[in-house]
Amino acid sequence: MTTQPAKSEAVGGIGRRLAGHRLLWPALILLALLLGNLAFHHDFFSVRVRDGHLYGSLIDILQFGAPLTLVALGMTLVIATRGIDLSVGSTVAIAGALACGHISTAAHPGSVATMLTAVALALGVALVLGLANGFLVSGLGVQPIVATLILMVAGRGVAQLITGGQIVTVTSAPYKMIGGGYWLTFPFAVLLATALVAFTGFVTRRSALGMLIESVGGNPSASRLVGIRAGGLLALVYVFSALCAAVAGLMISSNVSSADGNNAGLWIELDAILAVVVGGTALTGGRFSLGGTVLGALIIQTLSTTVYSLGVPPETTLVFKAFVVIVVCLVQSPVFRAKVLRRRRTTTPRSHTTAGTAPQQQEVRA
Amino acid sequence: MATPPTPRPTDSGDPQPVLEAQGIRKQFPGVLALDGVALRLFPGEVHALMGENGAGKSTLIKVLTGVHPADGGTILVDGRPHVFADPLQAQQAGVSTVYQEVNLCPNISVAENVLIGREPRRFGLIHWSAMRQRAAELLTELDLGLDVTSLLGSHSLAVQQLVAIVRAVDVSAKVLVLDEPTSSLDREEVAQLFTLVRRLRDRGVAILFVTHFLDQVFDLCDRVTILRNGRLEGEYPIGELTPVTLVQRMIGGELATLDQLSVRAHEEAAQRATSEPFLQARRLTRTGSVEPYDLDIHAGEVIGLAGLLGSGRTEVARLLFGADSADAGEVSIEGRKVLLRTPRHAIARGIAFCSENRKSEGLVGELTVRENIVLALQAARGWTRPLSRTKQDELARHWIQALDIRPGDPEAQVRHLSGGNQQKVLLARWLLTAPRLLILDEPTRGIDIGAKAEIQKLVARLAGEGTAVLFISAELEEVLRLSHRIAVLRDHRMVATLTNDDTVTPERLLTTIATGADS
Repeated sequence: MTTQPAKSEAVGGIGRRLAGHRLLWPALILLALLLGNLAFHHDFFSVRVRDGHLYGSLIDILQFGAPLTLVALGMTLVIATRGIDLSVGSTVAIAGALACGHISTAAHPGSVATMLTAVALALGVALVLGLANGFLVSGLGVQPIVATLILMVAGRGVAQLITGGQIVTVTSAPYKMIGGGYWLTFPFAVLLATALVAFTGFVTRRSALGMLIESVGGNPSASRLVGIRAGGLLALVYVFSALCAAVAGLMISSNVSSADGNNAGLWIELDAILAVVVGGTALTGGRFSLGGTVLGALIIQTLSTTVYSLGVPPETTLVFKAFVVIVVCLVQSPVFRAKVLRRRRTTTPRSHTTAGTAPQQQEVRA
Repeated sequence: MATPPTPRPTDSGDPQPVLEAQGIRKQFPGVLALDGVALRLFPGEVHALMGENGAGKSTLIKVLTGVHPADGGTILVDGRPHVFADPLQAQQAGVSTVYQEVNLCPNISVAENVLIGREPRRFGLIHWSAMRQRAAELLTELDLGLDVTSLLGSHSLAVQQLVAIVRAVDVSAKVLVLDEPTSSLDREEVAQLFTLVRRLRDRGVAILFVTHFLDQVFDLCDRVTILRNGRLEGEYPIGELTPVTLVQRMIGGELATLDQLSVRAHEEAAQRATSEPFLQARRLTRTGSVEPYDLDIHAGEVIGLAGLLGSGRTEVARLLFGADSADAGEVSIEGRKVLLRTPRHAIARGIAFCSENRKSEGLVGELTVRENIVLALQAARGWTRPLSRTKQDELARHWIQALDIRPGDPEAQVRHLSGGNQQKVLLARWLLTAPRLLILDEPTRGIDIGAKAEIQKLVARLAGEGTAVLFISAELEEVLRLSHRIAVLRDHRMVATLTNDDTVTPERLLTTIATGADS
């Protein structure tokens, strides 16, 4: 019974392998969005060097997309374990608030040492927040959505406490570097995000981390019986997610040289989840794709940019975004694609439906 | 022969069956689950539906209760043909089902559970006092003294089951299907359930009873329908059967030809009995899963676990692997007492376990053949000490070749492989850890003959090389052929441990399984 798909897979040629590549659809979607922009702004793809910095719409997308990419990076590993981390938006706010709070009260706000202690402070607290999430999920067995909802709600309050309900502004050149600076003509945030993505890819694929995470997410009971210590892995991915969110929080607050406990990183968790899913990592856990997540984050960011550059009226922005997301998700869905194709090929879709449910009934019978 | 108060089909009055199924056929893709199966239920009888795992019992029940549509055959209720499109239509025609897991709401009262969806109403609102009164009446009629205002969840599982039955009978009182109602109940609770079932029978309800417990069949039922491999084996009055003939008919008659073990094997076994066992379990138990058992497993020995499905075979193995933790009893490995609380503990001591549920507890379907093969070894090393890709490829290639896994592509997703090849991947995963004790739970179930023979040969070879093997199978022939000793389980109890010599015949094994006594 199960030999059928195996056989047909072996038969597939190179074209089929390319068509079946998991990054194909996200890449095509991103390309389509970019080309769509080009139709409205003919200089959309042009990149110029001005004052030793790169300028252009593409660079803007990369730079403003960097925080989202980082949050989505952490989210990818969490989702691969069948979890979800709703608290990243609050962590973004807390990290920015802590860093700016520290810098604004320091003796030498403009010194590199102050910037470094501010960063260390933010990362240290994020580590604790991540451990708290990890403990709730793996130690106490709380459902991830509930466990991280606690920090999502409480964390926003904590961030406001830190900033005293005000917007804390700072003047610190070293701190401004993180989110708004340039290095070798490139925006520093883009370089930092690229480095972190590359590092994560290296660690997950060169160590056994990626495989074990995919195993725990793909089949938790089999993973237990094979002797994988899921508890430690779960704690690790939540800590990693919080650290990524903290770096994103530093970028966001650095870019505007201020911390807004109320609005920094608001709803970024939802964009990040969307980026992960659009990138081809299923919410049901298992196989994850960091490359897909990066493409997903860029798709979301391009979409936001498009909304502004097309001059979509602000009141319809969310509806427009939602519509595009629905289309993207449908195009991504193999079930949807199969349905559309099937309708063209055959007039009896019923037989397919019964074939699809067969394995389940088999198990019931056994 | 007992004289049940049942009108017999052969009686002169020739009463009409309340439910009759004829020539039922059900095809799942690739499998003919039911092939021309017939069943007759008469008012006022308890009718057992028996058959081995996979014989088609569940499918038949689902067809009778409208869960699955039949692909062929007719269902007659009171002599009139019916087609049930869904369970609700079956209920309206008078056929109700109570499943193994109670599907009521534990967070609302007993009265609400009994009458949910049919609440007495007044002015469009629920008439609470009338509802409580009606529920209390229903329960009293069946001698269940329960406070109907108490929460269902505050009662034991057994009482919840009884409430489910009361509800089912009140909904439609002609035919009641009980699908393994006793599997999670203790002895007294079973007795309580049977009292209720008998009372319903005396009121003229036809009851279809599915169970794995043989004594319950002889205790409670009037007639038996036996299925085998999706076909009707026969319908018998209970008086015409003994436990042994019942089991024989469930399993089929292909037990005569057996390869006998060589004399040398027995000598080896005799020698082993005096040496220190690799693993020794004493009074090991887990409440509700398996009663205390003793078991010695020597290096190079194959121990077979025989018994019907649901007799506790898997549970015995899971305790030894730490998949479930034991409530009491102790395990020693090479004379040293050990605690096996998690699979990691067991794996660290050289125990490997291939679960009978390949898909849900064995393989990670999305991962590749290579990844699945190296998973146990990698898990033992932890994520910080990865096996290099070269090493992984080497291991995968080696085991794909050694076990002839097809297709031989290490990068194929394991979920696309056939059952036999998936089983081999699972075996490869554990074999490369060079286990001292290999526990195989139904390793040959659902796989083709060729792969089956290969796996049997592999087990024999491993034992020859000094690995201890605990071999669980529903096929007696296989257990007899491979095992040095056979432990027999019945109703969650290990009833006998037989040394597999010439005196152990399929008949003797069957008798032990059926009666719990070694003749």
